[in-house]
This record gives sequence, C-alpha cells and structure tokens, in this order.
Amino acid sequence: MIDRSWIGRELPAVSMTLERGRLRFFAKAIGETDPVYTDVEAAKRAGYADLPAPPTFLFGAELDGGILDRLLADLKVPIAKILHGEQGFTYHRPACAGETITVQSRIADIFDKKNGALEFIVKTSEARNAAGERVAELRSVIVVRN
Amino acid sequence: MTTNLSSVSAGDALPELKLPPIDRATLALFAGASGDHNPIHIDLDFARHAGMNDVFAHGMLGMAWVGRLVTAWRPQSKLRRFDVRFGAITHLGNAPVLNGKVLEVLEQDGETRARVHIEMRNQYGESKIQGEALVALD
Repeated sequence: MIDRSWIGRELPAVSMTLERGRLRFFAKAIGETDPVYTDVEAAKRAGYADLPAPPTFLFGAELDGGILDRLLADLKVPIAKILHGEQGFTYHRPACAGETITVQSRIADIFDKKNGALEFIVKTSEARNAAGERVAELRSVIVVRN
Repeated sequence: MTTNLSSVSAGDALPELKLPPIDRATLALFAGASGDHNPIHIDLDFARHAGMNDVFAHGMLGMAWVGRLVTAWRPQSKLRRFDVRFGAITHLGNAPVLNGKVLEVLEQDGETRARVHIEMRNQYGESKIQGEALVALD
C-alpha cells in the first residue's frame, strides 16, 4: 500500500521552455496536419504569438523534468504497474513556442479499490507562464495495479 | 473548415476522425515527442515481463487524438476544459475512430459554450476513451 501521508504533499516545480522543433515533432507523432501547429505564419494568422502547444502537450512537462519518475520512486510504485486512469485540463490562455511554462503539482488524493488490488493516485497541477499568469490546470489519475 | 456558430445545438455531431491502425513506430515517436518514456509502450520484453502480451498505446496518445477531433471543429483558443477517462487499453492494430456530440449549449463565465461528449473507439466499436470538452462558441 502507498503511504497515505503523501496526500497533500507538493512536488517540486518544473519549468519547460516550449521549442518549435519539439512542438513540430509532437504534431508529427500525433498525426496533426493543421498548419497552425507546424507553420509559424499560420499560427500567427490564427492569432497565436507562435506555434501553440497542442491541448495535451503540457502533460509532458513533468515527464521531461523527471518529476513522475521521482514520485514513483518515492511512493515505491514500479513503473510497470501503472496505468493512466483519467486526465483533465482547464485552459486559461495559450502556451506558445518561446514561452517557459512552470508546472507545480500536489498529490490531491490516494485511495484504493478492490481491497487494495487497485490504488489510485490523484495529482493536480498548475501551469503558469513566465509572467506568473495561469496557463492551465491539470488533473491526473494514475492507477496502480498491485 | 468554418462552423456557423448560430447553428450549433445539442445533438450536433463533430466531423468523425478515423485513423490508421496503430503501429510500433507511432508509439516510439510519441514516446520521444511527449516525454513519456515508460518502456511498457515501446519495449516488448519489458511489456511481457510486466504481464502484458505486447506493448500498447499511451493513454495520452489517444487523448491527443481526441484533442485533434476537437480542434479540427473549433480552434484550440476556444477550448476551455478537456477531461477524459481511459476506459480500456488501446492495442497495436487498433484503428481509432473518434466522435464527438454536442450535449448542450450553455452560458458560462460570460460566454456561450458547447459541452461536447467525446469518445474514441477502435474499428470493432470497442470504447477506449470517453470524456467531455467545453468549447467557447463566441
């Protein structure tokens, strides 16, 4: 069983600078063909300052920063046992190439079902830009198959 | 694509998005691009040791495809919320079929918004991802 004293714990903040090349790679990987996501002029014509990060892209900030790996190690959860249960985003303003986004998470809840056969880690995060403005909030439910 | 705002109402369907069967190369590219390097999605040996028959798609790859469904309908700058539940594992060879349907049009925070049910199934009709998006229509 995961130590429940982790509930309420804040994780280290992590910053990610959005790069055009990485955003184009992401667009390719998901088969995105809308030029807004790969062509800077198309993005600007659509009203963005630069290539916008697609709706789910910021989920990767904590992965890049090693935060999830560290969390799993701290919670003594093997990565082979986890599944992604739910994911949510609330959006406040676009995040575009050139911006540095800081993501800060906390463990909102840990609970179990089926007599502990499944445990659930609920993580909530805030993403802010360099000006400190809220860009998005994220909510993740990680399922642990014990 | 243009959408006539005044015509959006409950029951409207988003244009369907059909994707080719998922292959290993797609999972490898997504691992690199997304930052999710969990070997269970890209290393068959690791997946088998973990008790799976094979590697399988990242949940967030499916959610990214659902995002494409929504942003092909309305620009991403209009997206206010996006929530999904990953109901079942999406396997290699599954060909995703994505659909959305407007549940209601509502006034919220000074905007007219559509609450949209979104779902990803495979070619056999098995549901993999379900959720909702909240999209401004103004």
